[in-house]
Amino acid sequence: MNLVSQLLNAAISAGTPLLFATLGGILIEKSGVIQLGAEGLMLMGAVTAALTYLAVPDLLLTLAAVFFVGALLGLLHALLTVTLRSNQVVSGLALTLFGTGLSAFLGKSIAGVPLPQAVPNVTLNFLSGVPLLGAVLGKLDLLTWISWFLVVFFQVVYTRTRWGLHLKAVGDNPATADVMGIRVQVYRYLCVAMGSSLIALGGADLLLVYSPNWIEGMTSGRGWIAVALIIFSQWNPVKALIGTYLFGALDTLGFRLQLAGSLVPPYFLKMIPYVITILVLIFVGWRSRNKASSAPQALGVPYIREQRQ
Amino acid sequence: MTIKKGAPRWAFRIEIDPAGGASPWWVSILAVLLALILSGFLIQLNGTDALRVYAKMFQGAFGSVFGLTETLVKTIPLLLCGLGVAIAYRISVWNIGAEGQFIAGAVGATGVMIYFPQLGPWESLPLMLLAGILSGGLWGLLTALPKVWFGVNELITSLMLNYIAFLGLQFLVFGPWRDPKGFNFPGTPVFPAAETIPTLGGTRLHWGFFVALAVVFLYAVLVKSTRWGYELRLIGANPKAARSAGIQIRGHVILVMFLSGALAGLAGMMEVSGVTHRLNESVSPGYGYTAIIVAWIAKLNPWGLVVSAFFLAGLIEGGFNVQTLGLPPSISSMIQGAVLFFLIAGDLVGRLRLRRKNTQEQGA
Repeated sequence: MNLVSQLLNAAISAGTPLLFATLGGILIEKSGVIQLGAEGLMLMGAVTAALTYLAVPDLLLTLAAVFFVGALLGLLHALLTVTLRSNQVVSGLALTLFGTGLSAFLGKSIAGVPLPQAVPNVTLNFLSGVPLLGAVLGKLDLLTWISWFLVVFFQVVYTRTRWGLHLKAVGDNPATADVMGIRVQVYRYLCVAMGSSLIALGGADLLLVYSPNWIEGMTSGRGWIAVALIIFSQWNPVKALIGTYLFGALDTLGFRLQLAGSLVPPYFLKMIPYVITILVLIFVGWRSRNKASSAPQALGVPYIREQRQ
Repeated sequence: MTIKKGAPRWAFRIEIDPAGGASPWWVSILAVLLALILSGFLIQLNGTDALRVYAKMFQGAFGSVFGLTETLVKTIPLLLCGLGVAIAYRISVWNIGAEGQFIAGAVGATGVMIYFPQLGPWESLPLMLLAGILSGGLWGLLTALPKVWFGVNELITSLMLNYIAFLGLQFLVFGPWRDPKGFNFPGTPVFPAAETIPTLGGTRLHWGFFVALAVVFLYAVLVKSTRWGYELRLIGANPKAARSAGIQIRGHVILVMFLSGALAGLAGMMEVSGVTHRLNESVSPGYGYTAIIVAWIAKLNPWGLVVSAFFLAGLIEGGFNVQTLGLPPSISSMIQGAVLFFLIAGDLVGRLRLRRKNTQEQGA
């Protein structure tokens, strides 16, 4: 019982940064824009959180700063892809390279400085008597609860609200949405900015909760794994929750095996999440070989009012 | 877009032509300049004198014979990896895995040194070349095959393979291939003289430089004047038309990804055999990632690649040089990202059209 709850806890804390990033990515892609800058955004989120919290140890201010930086970089991506209609793939790559370099540059002075615990735990005393549930849910940090709230929030928004329906129209068929009177560009700008903020928040969560000291390039591919998780989750927030914790579990599995004195060299154990990502994508591709993709149909296509699609 | 009735006859307006068009070459130079200004602004904000940083970078990269040859040494892998990704980008295959393919090539070539130590220079160098090219190419196929068979996004696969290649490299140099006489330093034994590429004069620049130039020349000829090159250009310009014309896009994707990986693998082979003379975990300071920018600045033009690879090699070399000012060498990757931003924004220039306003027009 103890082992199960430990593994679940580890999976949750490793999976939460991915969950924020995946939810943000889904929001962006639902509006029809590809966002491959997740790695750079997460790094910028992490370094912003570290710098802010070390200067002013206030969680709310730190999260606000992270949100602001994420939104700013998101607006840059939106400006390039929505207004200037640049290549969305290359714009995302540029964001990743720029974010990686800029975060290393900004974080040079605080590299390796340990942060105090910034995110409070939510202690649920009434659960302490319940066997597994008490151990897993009883002492989770605040950001994890926020991420769960966001899963529910987005699921409801996407499937139950007028706004979600409009977003679907914008992502699937912007020309029709335009005729309906939906302002395609406004939706896209908002989604890219808000989604980028959420991805940056994923980086902040990685830094504040999972490994509380800034190291250059500390996301080590998590941004790209989040991009893969968007495809795995079929643009569905609830499936994203399942997918990210699955990955979180795998991520910690290698670490645990290493601690337990596994005979497999640690380098191979560290490969697990990357190999699994590729295998999962192959599986998703194979399973949906004869089905229509559930990706937003206008994903990656800039909308130009004067032009027929 | 509604035009007001009665607009003056001499009025012009600027339109964006959705059909696109190539932007002129000076856009690349402008993008580089703007990126340097933006990054300089960020450096200044951080409390360092940006002009001094740039002067130091320039001095380090181009200001001395040593700096210049070091820059040329770094041009070789950037040129080959940049050419590799440029071939893939030509048909919209987003290979960002040159880093892993580079490592695979370096590992393959080192394998020859480890497992066939008795060969002379005339056997070992060609064998290493072959091993490097094949390992890089096969690593590239790991990206191509899932894409072609299962529609897997090549961006993610190729990037994941970078991490896998790097961890595999670490395993080898910390484990079975580690030099027993290396005082616990993680790395293979130094290559014997028979397995190193000869250098020019007393510098570190090796003959691989001319190999790289020859490969670029070969590619320029092939793309311009063969059926294969024509088909690549057609797929790049209009995949639907290419498919209708009976071109097997899948086959092209597989071949192009093999070539793309093989070129990066060749670069990896030449790096271990020509420059570092041993395999260790820091064999690449991110050449594979910088290659993306190399290809993009050059607008995929073969001769443009030579210029942009040289420039970015200078940026990396100069980046190492500013460490004495207490700045991380990653400033060069910050500048690279900024260059890419301005480049794609600059693509707009090629699509701008000056149109005369039509007074009769009511709307579009």
